[in-house]
Amino acid sequence: MLLGLVPSVTLPGVAAAETQEFKLNNGLRLIVQEDHRSPVVVSQVWYRAGSIDEVNGKTGVAHLLEHMMFKGTKNVKPGQFSRLVAAAGGRENAFTSRDYTAYYQQLEKSKLPLSFKLESDRMANLQLTKEEFSKEIKVVMEERRWRTEDKPQSTVAEQYQSVVFQAHPYARPVVGWMNDLENMTVEDAREWYNNWYAPNNATVVVVGDVKAQEVYKLAQQYFGPLKPRKLPVRKPQLEPAQKGERRLIVKAPAKLPYVLMGFHVPALRDPVNDWEPYALEILAGVLDGNASARLTQNLVRSQQIAVDVGAGYDLTQRGATSLFELDGSPSEGKTAADIEAALLQQIEDIKQSGVTEDELNRVKAQVIAADVYQRDSMFNQAMQIGQLETIGFSWRFLKDYPEKLKQVTPQQVQEVARKYLTRDNLTVATLDPQPIDPNAKPKGRPSDH
Amino acid sequence: MLIKKLYAKCLTGMAAVLLSVSAQAAVNIQQWKTANGAEVYFVENHDLPIIDLSVNFAAGSARDVAEKSGLAGMTRYLMTLGAAGMSDEEISRRMADVGAIMGGELDADRAAFKLRTLSQAREREQALDIFAKVLQQPDFPQATLEREKARAIAGLQEAATQPESIASKAFMKALYGKHPYALDDGGEPETIAALKRDDLQAFYQQHYGAKGAVIAMIGDMTREEANQIAERLTAKLPAVDAQPALPTVAYPERAVDERIQHPASQSHILIGYPGVKRGDADYFPLYVGNYILGGGGFVSRLTEEVREKRGLVYSVYSYFMPMAELGPFQIGLQTKREQSAEAMKVVEQTLDKFMQGGVSEAELIAAKQNITGGFPLRLDSNSKILDYLAVIGFYKLPLTYLEDFNKNINSVTTAQIKDAFSRRIDTHKLVTVVVGGN
Repeated sequence: MLLGLVPSVTLPGVAAAETQEFKLNNGLRLIVQEDHRSPVVVSQVWYRAGSIDEVNGKTGVAHLLEHMMFKGTKNVKPGQFSRLVAAAGGRENAFTSRDYTAYYQQLEKSKLPLSFKLESDRMANLQLTKEEFSKEIKVVMEERRWRTEDKPQSTVAEQYQSVVFQAHPYARPVVGWMNDLENMTVEDAREWYNNWYAPNNATVVVVGDVKAQEVYKLAQQYFGPLKPRKLPVRKPQLEPAQKGERRLIVKAPAKLPYVLMGFHVPALRDPVNDWEPYALEILAGVLDGNASARLTQNLVRSQQIAVDVGAGYDLTQRGATSLFELDGSPSEGKTAADIEAALLQQIEDIKQSGVTEDELNRVKAQVIAADVYQRDSMFNQAMQIGQLETIGFSWRFLKDYPEKLKQVTPQQVQEVARKYLTRDNLTVATLDPQPIDPNAKPKGRPSDH
Repeated sequence: MLIKKLYAKCLTGMAAVLLSVSAQAAVNIQQWKTANGAEVYFVENHDLPIIDLSVNFAAGSARDVAEKSGLAGMTRYLMTLGAAGMSDEEISRRMADVGAIMGGELDADRAAFKLRTLSQAREREQALDIFAKVLQQPDFPQATLEREKARAIAGLQEAATQPESIASKAFMKALYGKHPYALDDGGEPETIAALKRDDLQAFYQQHYGAKGAVIAMIGDMTREEANQIAERLTAKLPAVDAQPALPTVAYPERAVDERIQHPASQSHILIGYPGVKRGDADYFPLYVGNYILGGGGFVSRLTEEVREKRGLVYSVYSYFMPMAELGPFQIGLQTKREQSAEAMKVVEQTLDKFMQGGVSEAELIAAKQNITGGFPLRLDSNSKILDYLAVIGFYKLPLTYLEDFNKNINSVTTAQIKDAFSRRIDTHKLVTVVVGGN
């Protein structure tokens, strides 16, 4: 049986990974974390350019440009980038978010120069042709259909986002509105590339079985000659304060209702002196941070109102603002309204009665363990460094982060709940499930192919 | 915590990247049996203060019968929700107290239970204590079963409205007919509703013996500690013989072309044929050939023809899923419904050309360069090695599987690829499922 005490996990003695930071004369930043467990390397190039930097009428251009980055340069023909990486035994991909666009290769360690050669080339020499653009924009529209239009909960999230935010660029979908994609031109892509793809807007992150000084030399060789560029002015575009609850309904083919709701809350600005973001992070952990957390325990297991529930908070955001979000699907016989009420009651309980030390210790145990577990993946370590640096924090924050969370008190958790999780600051989106065509019956017809 | 949320915000620009593998990174696998016959595959590694375990039983959904479809999955899951008098809440709370993560998965062949814990004594002992009880003293609480049945049914009903799920369920059914690989591992709403606690207990007693069980272990423990852990996890398992082999898969007698209506903007298209077994003599030629056809991400023929040249899809792929019996060979894509016929035609032409003309020497060299050159990436974390240990053990692959991997890849010839595909895939009898479309 369980002992009465719930001691928190203590951090075992792990040799801290060796991380070093460099800056080239052209403004490019390089962060190298040595990890000698395996003869491999992950190399990532992060650009401080995401959908947050887009303007109306050109939504999705950050993501489209990410696709076009594989379409050839003055030196590498369309399609060759991927073939060169493949021939070196590499894996590669790229991703675009609201806050950044990033490209990566995973390689056997001796192949790192290939990564730098190809990435520095496409940082400066991309060839954007009408022909390649006209094919790739169709691919992106297919991606939008697959990712958003035919997925009911994704559609809810997209519509919700544009109601939660009105002035802030986070209102717009990363993949772009379909009509903007339909009207996008190769000139839009070129403008984006010329604006943001420059060494002084990029961070290179390398994690693996390498020597930091050697990687620095390699970076100087390949990225060093690139010319910096004057970057466009970025406007803050802050969201005005919300003046009352907002609601929306989305109809889509589905069976289960779904509710997604969010409150405006602060993102981390000052890692040393802020405390509210850490308290919000712990609050999310108390609600949904482990298998025994409140939402699942109370709503799925005990009350059986929900088949699924969740809560989340993003601490770090370039947009200087964040959301505290809850979502869930009702169980048979319950409605979206029941789920909404039950989720809000969980918040109310914390506002009234706070959280226990036991719960906090459990959340902190996850934080400490997760900090150890993530060291098993070089890729995740590189992701964390790149994300933080691109959003505007130092990778050093990763070392302080567990300690910052450990300092959060039950009172602070209750205080942020009371301060921010209020009805006037709430947006609720509901999925209203529609039947798929009732006449649609599967009809098998065996035939010769 | 930071990283989990990161991915939710990201759009990946490219199709899922193929699992690729690496070369000289040697893995020293130690192998033995527990006192009552479970197989242990162990790699000692003290780089990180972590222990990873995976315990595998021949208790996947292929052990279900149609009337009780979903029983295997429900049994596996319920084991984690009540054991030795501990409730689901208690189990999850005690695991969370020490930062341990219990997980697992079920496929047609295998029921797997996984544990990741810090290796320090207090955390490790508490996590192992619960994990051992989950495996050996499951309670299958009645009320928990009823709750989980309701949740599973809700999930199945939702899946029955979503094109991707509809397509894959119909595909497996059309491909495997009466073979248990046709059964959905989640079951059917009616069969789940009818499951009784007795069914779960009987399934457990019959399928969770130590004989045939495979324990994979990696991390911060000595061989002696690993041995003690393995004994502790298996000593009290039901006394039952190893499971019989699954029935063999019958090849389709004729082509199947099934169209299912759906209002989605894209058609979801799956095309396939019974493919290959684990340890199959044709495995390496088929694997390398498929890399060229549709497994090699951006450099495959399917991606080149359907996406790069014509912009018809975001993702098109093909794969062989080797299983205990013939696992599926599958081609998949999604495309705007109005152009589904066009996309399917390009896929068909690409496949026909591949089957008739085979691959070129240049393509073969490029494939080998990628697969062998990327071998170290397959083994660059404990969690990846753990999965290999489980597969090697469960499917009785040679202990030298990883060591020999590049040699096996390099020995494949263009003639072997053409020969293996022509013997194994009959393009006149393919199974095609299209959900949505005109």
